[in-house]
Amino acid sequence: MDYSQFLIMKQEIGLLIVFLLVFLYDTFASKKATGVLPAVTCCLFAIFTALGFIPCMGIENDAFEGMYQTSATVTAIKNILNVGMLIVMIQSIKWANSEFQAIRRGEFYELLLVTLFGMYLMISSRHFLLFVIGLETASLPLAAMVAFNKNRYESHEAAVKYILTACFSSAIFLFGLSLVYGLAGSLYYREIAMMVTGSGFGAMIIVALAFVIGGVGFKLSLVPFHLWTADVYQGAPTNVTSYLSVISKGAAAFAFLVILTQAFGTLYSKAWEWMLYGLIILTITVGNLFAIRQRNMKRFLAFSSISQAGYIMLGVIADNAMGTSALMYYILVYIFSNLAAFGVIGAIENNCDKGDMTDYNGLSKTNPRLAFTMMLAMFSLAGIPPFAGFFSKFFIFTSAINQGSTAIYVLVLIALINTIISLYYYLLVVKAMYINTDGECPVGTFKSACSERLAMWICVAGIIIIGLASPIYDYLLTIG
Amino acid sequence: MGTIIWYLIPALVMFCCGVYGFMTRRNMIAMLISLELMLNAVDINFVVFNRYLYPGQLDGMMFTLFAIAIAAAETALAIAIIINIYRSAKNIDVRDVTRMKF
Repeated sequence: MDYSQFLIMKQEIGLLIVFLLVFLYDTFASKKATGVLPAVTCCLFAIFTALGFIPCMGIENDAFEGMYQTSATVTAIKNILNVGMLIVMIQSIKWANSEFQAIRRGEFYELLLVTLFGMYLMISSRHFLLFVIGLETASLPLAAMVAFNKNRYESHEAAVKYILTACFSSAIFLFGLSLVYGLAGSLYYREIAMMVTGSGFGAMIIVALAFVIGGVGFKLSLVPFHLWTADVYQGAPTNVTSYLSVISKGAAAFAFLVILTQAFGTLYSKAWEWMLYGLIILTITVGNLFAIRQRNMKRFLAFSSISQAGYIMLGVIADNAMGTSALMYYILVYIFSNLAAFGVIGAIENNCDKGDMTDYNGLSKTNPRLAFTMMLAMFSLAGIPPFAGFFSKFFIFTSAINQGSTAIYVLVLIALINTIISLYYYLLVVKAMYINTDGECPVGTFKSACSERLAMWICVAGIIIIGLASPIYDYLLTIG
Repeated sequence: MGTIIWYLIPALVMFCCGVYGFMTRRNMIAMLISLELMLNAVDINFVVFNRYLYPGQLDGMMFTLFAIAIAAAETALAIAIIINIYRSAKNIDVRDVTRMKF
């Protein structure tokens, strides 16, 4: 065997090196020195993120007879995830150094890095064995992270809900895979694509595909596989929630796109266009309607993220190159907007332990900067023009319309109507902060930690700059 | 082709029993056992397809080995979390783990 092909996996190797360094530091550094471990991890990861932007990383190549593939697109999505990961890490510094978590802060960062490694494998794999390993590497440590607040009962409840649904969904997924293997005789995406073109398989391959979509749909929290989402988001520590809602979802969305287009691309109009069609309508609508009645901020953002997942899926159903770029751009924008919102929620939770929407009454008087950040995030999530969220929605709708069929026009129309509904509940938060200022203000004035402020500044800059500057989207369009 | 059916049907029945058990059982350990049933049905499927339809290759067998290892990891983690629940609630009935709803 030619061991030099491991060198093709440059980003995975880089991430492993970061992980090993953090692990060794955590194990061997003196007790006093581990106090700076979160900061050290962030620095190491920032260097690693910067290295990912070197142009030679994007050279198209594959390893292990095509099981693993890297290309400009794959590198771009990994870089996007890296940026999001860096923001999550910076946001977590204060929480990880808090009195109760301090003893386990090393584990937290190590688990974060391991899950990212799993997501890399999901994105790069072109063989289902590697994909399954990546999927489990990404989702199992997450269950441990959801249970991280050991002194809170909600954290355990969320963890048990997460692990049981994750296992159930992977069992469903694997059952679908076994049928695919029986039909195609191979687990390489390219060979499956060659084998399933014939019409001889008929119903069987559609059943198998339904199982596969159901399994991945759980990870993406598409309706009707979304029931775990709100509870897990509410119970998990806020930093883990933000990680779950953006990074984990972004990676799963891209991997889903790769599976559907590369392994089952030939079945587009025959099978999965209609399955996705129904899923998208349900996901966007149900996510929106349930978000309206939420009063807890984390649950509210959980349902908002469910409907956002539906919008992301529009890039998959578009089934064209523009869809891929629009999907990546959407994930990038979504990372900045959602992490800004979670940054504010986390800061308020760390300082006052409050998390209901009524607690945000009059936030603009006591903490004007936090309120402003939250407002920008809500505007961007709702898709109000000058901010990035508008353009990501615009491009993803355009890519879906480019697909051309009348049915997709109807789908985009439904998505548009839902965008207007979503304005209502996003603005409810803004209303609480800026208009309901007469009564008492539950959250007193406080100064958030400088790590939290740094993370929020990055997010705000991202929301504004990506909205105003086009080179990022242009670049994504060239590689899509 | 005649014999393969006699392996696939039990696997399918096992899978369905697993799904049924997962939906109806109220004890978390019993739910985990149901999950194991589902995963084992998948393993049988892979091995049988490999042995009867594609005897020249080893893909299915290798996949099964990995799937068993992953299932073991899943179970270990799930049991650790269930133990945590038991310590804080003194109960592992899913009907009682409902503080967060709707």
